[in-house]
Amino acid sequence: MMTDLTVGSLVEIPKSSLQQVVQILQDLGYRVIGPRVESEAVIYDDLESVQQIPVGVLDHQDGGKYRLQQTDQDAWFDYVCGPHSLKNFLFPPRQTVLESTRQDGVWEMKAPDVEDAPPLAVIGPRSCDLHALRVQDRVFLEGAYVDPSYQARREKLFIAAVNCRRAAATCFCHSMQTGPAVSSGFDLALTELDDRFVIEIGSQRGAEVMGGTDCSTSPPQNVQAARSVSEQLEQSMHDRSQHPPEAATGEPRGRWLDTSGIRDLLMHNLEHARWNEVAERCLACANCTMVCPTCFCSSVEEVADLSGDHVARERSWDSCFTAEHSTMSGGAVHKSTKSRYRQWLTHKLATWHDQFEMSGCVGCGRCITWCPVGIDLTEETAAIRADSTNPSPGQL
Amino acid sequence: MTQHAASSATDNPWIAHPATICSIRPETPGVATYELAFNDPDRQSRYRFLPGQFNMLYLPGFGESAISISSDPEEPSRLLHTVRVAGNVTGALARTHPGETIGVRGPFGSAWPVAEIRNSDVVIACGGIGLAPLRPVIYHLLRRRHEYGRMTLLYGARSPQDLLFADEWNHWRSEGLEMEVTVDRGDADWKGQIGVLPALFSRLDLAPERTTVLTCGPEIMMRFVISEALLRNISARRIYLSMERNMNCAMGFCGRCQLGPAFVCKDGPVFTCEQMQPYLHLEEF
Repeated sequence: MMTDLTVGSLVEIPKSSLQQVVQILQDLGYRVIGPRVESEAVIYDDLESVQQIPVGVLDHQDGGKYRLQQTDQDAWFDYVCGPHSLKNFLFPPRQTVLESTRQDGVWEMKAPDVEDAPPLAVIGPRSCDLHALRVQDRVFLEGAYVDPSYQARREKLFIAAVNCRRAAATCFCHSMQTGPAVSSGFDLALTELDDRFVIEIGSQRGAEVMGGTDCSTSPPQNVQAARSVSEQLEQSMHDRSQHPPEAATGEPRGRWLDTSGIRDLLMHNLEHARWNEVAERCLACANCTMVCPTCFCSSVEEVADLSGDHVARERSWDSCFTAEHSTMSGGAVHKSTKSRYRQWLTHKLATWHDQFEMSGCVGCGRCITWCPVGIDLTEETAAIRADSTNPSPGQL
Repeated sequence: MTQHAASSATDNPWIAHPATICSIRPETPGVATYELAFNDPDRQSRYRFLPGQFNMLYLPGFGESAISISSDPEEPSRLLHTVRVAGNVTGALARTHPGETIGVRGPFGSAWPVAEIRNSDVVIACGGIGLAPLRPVIYHLLRRRHEYGRMTLLYGARSPQDLLFADEWNHWRSEGLEMEVTVDRGDADWKGQIGVLPALFSRLDLAPERTTVLTCGPEIMMRFVISEALLRNISARRIYLSMERNMNCAMGFCGRCQLGPAFVCKDGPVFTCEQMQPYLHLEEF
């Protein structure tokens, strides 16, 4: 039977054949990135072969907690999101934006050639990550200015996304309408079944890659099984966030963020007592902004050689939790931790809507997990809502 | 209400363009005006800006600083920046000499609404270095004196020595600009007014329904100017202010200059009071 390899069609491969996908991408010149375990966390890094995928690894996440567990299950992608996201590759933590050279007292200035980097193929991003990519696209591609290096990397990006079968207790994509099902913006979308991957083809490039594998058309019962993975997960995330789980399971309760009127809720409560309360706990360590897949703040510093005639401008990730972030000649605008947390949360959940017509939060829960004291933005927002000085905020 | 100069989509917006310092004119203690010309003649001839816009001035090894353009938009070949030494970059700039090159990116940001406010009485209220971003407006308005109603400049500085562009005042007055000047502290020779700038505003004879206010200076000064203007029943939509935040990239990428929903670098620096009103009295916002 001829396998239908068009956009929207579903095919399947035995699990081991995922190596063919990796191989084809490598042969096409892609730098293939995928999930690997490093320093007791699942991160994204170069994938030479699928052998490096942490099969059987589960993650247990909660406020301020991230633990991996090795099981004997043949589950290739049952950990959810780790500290890395696509941001690490498209908007790298450190990159040169300008190089200046002085000759005979005159400066020449040029940008590094962004075409040099090989195209990236990423195996394993989840629906929340793809939505985060859309958020960063708005920032770097769709405003008055285009960031050329982001654009060059983004245009060449190949995405083999994965539909989650599990959710961490910190996940709340179901309340942000960003998951768990992968819905758009992918070249391939994998759903793991017991012995195979059902793969939805999302682009012509995805079809070309699958054409080189031993894939076959997915029979209806497998298509149905794949679809029900996301449906069942969404239902269980919903149940878990609304009703405390049975004590016996030991699993913490899931998160939920009520987004109704959230922009006005926060902007009309800028002097709410809760900001002082959260500031008592917040360490202003900036972890939440570093792991956030949408946070885009950066700073640029000068890196000169000893002669002073060669100077690079290096952009690196920055955070609204630092004093330098808001410092002008007259001093920092955001001096207190309270003002920094307020800046972060109101930007993420409220003013992001004004700026980019979408939320800055995709419900991945990374900021909750990686906060050393477990501050939970869903809880902070709920506390403000529960005691709002503006009891009936308007709709967005 | 704001206008943006078109930027070429093909330009890499991170690239600073080498420009030569043609002249340096000391103005007041710690303040000098730098005339710049792009080394690329094509860029020099194409360069245009709007009153109120700023450039990122780049000193390799020191960094960039957002500096408003203080010259006449209709004389774009004479590009001036009036700079007060306030930090690392402006300090390094103060140590340069004519003939040296620096980098320039821009222009960036929104402009004073010179076209929208035609036919209205205009009150320009500024403090200290805040006159620099408004000088292009003064040039623009005086060129078209008949298109505007009464034109008043309220200007304050810390001391008589800190008053900027004093050699141009007689000319401005003769062209039809009414001027009131005050200083925080006088000296033996000072015969003018002493006191804070908003006090000048409160004594102003004006027709609120016809009046537009443009203000630039320390945030606290602008807050009081705005209070006075609102007290005089001038609409918040006709009060414009130029805000300052930490502008690092000028393109809305670095996130540092946010003020509520606005990126000061690209949505501002010029805003209406109506836009900024919810946030002006919030501490550390």
